[in-house]
Amino acid sequence: MEGDVVQMGAYIGAGLACTGMGGAAVGVGHVVGNFLSGALRNPSAAGGQTATMFIGIAFSEALGIFSFLVALLLMFAV
Amino acid sequence: MKKGTDDVATAEEEGGLVFHPMDQFIVKPLFGGDTVNWYTPTNVTLWMVIAILAITALLVLGTRGRAIVPSRVQSVAELAYGFVYKMVEDVAGKDGVKYFPYIMTLFMFIVFSNMLGLIPMSFTTTSHIAVTAVMAVAVFLAVTILGFVLHGMSFLKLFWISAAPLPLRPILALIEVISYFVRPVSHSIRLAGNMMAGHAVIKVFAAFAAVALISPLSILAITAIYALETLVSFIQAYVFAILTCVYLKDALHPHH
Amino acid sequence: MATETESQGDAAATGADAAPGGAEAVGMPQLDFTTFPNQIFWLVVTLVVIYLILSRVALPRIESVLNDRKSTITGDIARAEELKLQAEEAEAAYNQALADARAEAQTIIAEAKAEMQAELDAATAKADAEIAAKAAESERAIADIRAGAMQSVEEVAKATAAEIVSAMGGKSDAKAIDAAIAAQVKG
Repeated sequence: MEGDVVQMGAYIGAGLACTGMGGAAVGVGHVVGNFLSGALRNPSAAGGQTATMFIGIAFSEALGIFSFLVALLLMFAV
Repeated sequence: MKKGTDDVATAEEEGGLVFHPMDQFIVKPLFGGDTVNWYTPTNVTLWMVIAILAITALLVLGTRGRAIVPSRVQSVAELAYGFVYKMVEDVAGKDGVKYFPYIMTLFMFIVFSNMLGLIPMSFTTTSHIAVTAVMAVAVFLAVTILGFVLHGMSFLKLFWISAAPLPLRPILALIEVISYFVRPVSHSIRLAGNMMAGHAVIKVFAAFAAVALISPLSILAITAIYALETLVSFIQAYVFAILTCVYLKDALHPHH
Repeated sequence: MATETESQGDAAATGADAAPGGAEAVGMPQLDFTTFPNQIFWLVVTLVVIYLILSRVALPRIESVLNDRKSTITGDIARAEELKLQAEEAEAAYNQALADARAEAQTIIAEAKAEMQAELDAATAKADAEIAAKAAESERAIADIRAGAMQSVEEVAKATAAEIVSAMGGKSDAKAIDAAIAAQVKG
């Protein structure tokens, strides 16, 4: 019974941790959207900044991955 | 807890709907046996060797013609070379070019491991924290040592942002130091997490495909996620390489 | 799905057999620390092999191919430039030849014109001279005739005057008559 409660808590926690991925999605969308609006204003400068955009995406996405990892840890490793 | 999971798993197997999205990541000895020693040839070995063979096929066999007008394979090899070379040159600067072979090694290994991992029933070596952490820590140590060797103690100015107002500098330095030491963590977990997440999601949808009612939807979803994963495989390799270049640039030119 | 179930059966079996990590196999294989040395060992071997292959064989080769291509392309461009220059030279030479030919034709025409003009002039001059000579001759003849006539007139006048003078009963003074006649004829 006690184990079940722990497991329930872990699963609920995993589900809650998954909401963090939504934040990462918002972040990535924000990065790319702003890049795009800037790129459409000044297309000639856009090519050189694609790498910067990917770095931004990577940093933003990493946090989503962290929350996903927490979810996985809660589900499988606690 | 573990006992509970086992119970759930057996219960599910009896019910017909089986979720084992993480089983594809299990490291198994290739030739039977049950212990995984450090030298045991495992499926990790198998897929790393396949990655080596694929890289060799592309970059060595593909270019053996040395043709002025390249064949298709040769132009792909040249494209890969030019892509990484330009990335190193653009991000790390001209003096970063001499570290190009190392970054090319990392990039080719990651991109091939990621892509080979997309083959059904295959094993994704880069989905393991052990693998990515070794690479990320190697990059971190190499870059840090390189920074100290090239600049001595003035490498520490990397954390002392002279452009900021003086009262803010200690706080910024603290943040910079923390973010510097978080680098290998995020660097490795990003790659492993992306690979693991994508493959696990595919497996989850594959489990749904067992139910006849939703299997068309599930197969459609697998197709879509597979396409996304192909993109992610490449982008994560690119991101790993470009972040390595960024860290390298910090080591070569620590003054902001 | 069937194969997957099978593989999972395998995995479960090996997981159960893999003594210390057996339980973890059901959880997260990434956190099964017993497999870490194995993965790290093979990863290092793989990376070293890839690095050696790339730095010894692949990258120098691709670099040399790219450099060859670049030099070939620049060589081709230089050759094309040269050929263009040659073509331009040829065109210039052609234009020069054309201009020369035109100039020559002009000179030939001018020469012919001049020659014809000279001939014409010579003929005109000759004709003029002939005409002039003939005119002079005629004039001389006329002058002669006129002189002859004058002479005759004088002689007749003298004779007539002498006759008249003698017929009038005067003594014909030859010298006076001559002077008078000369004055009359001149006047």
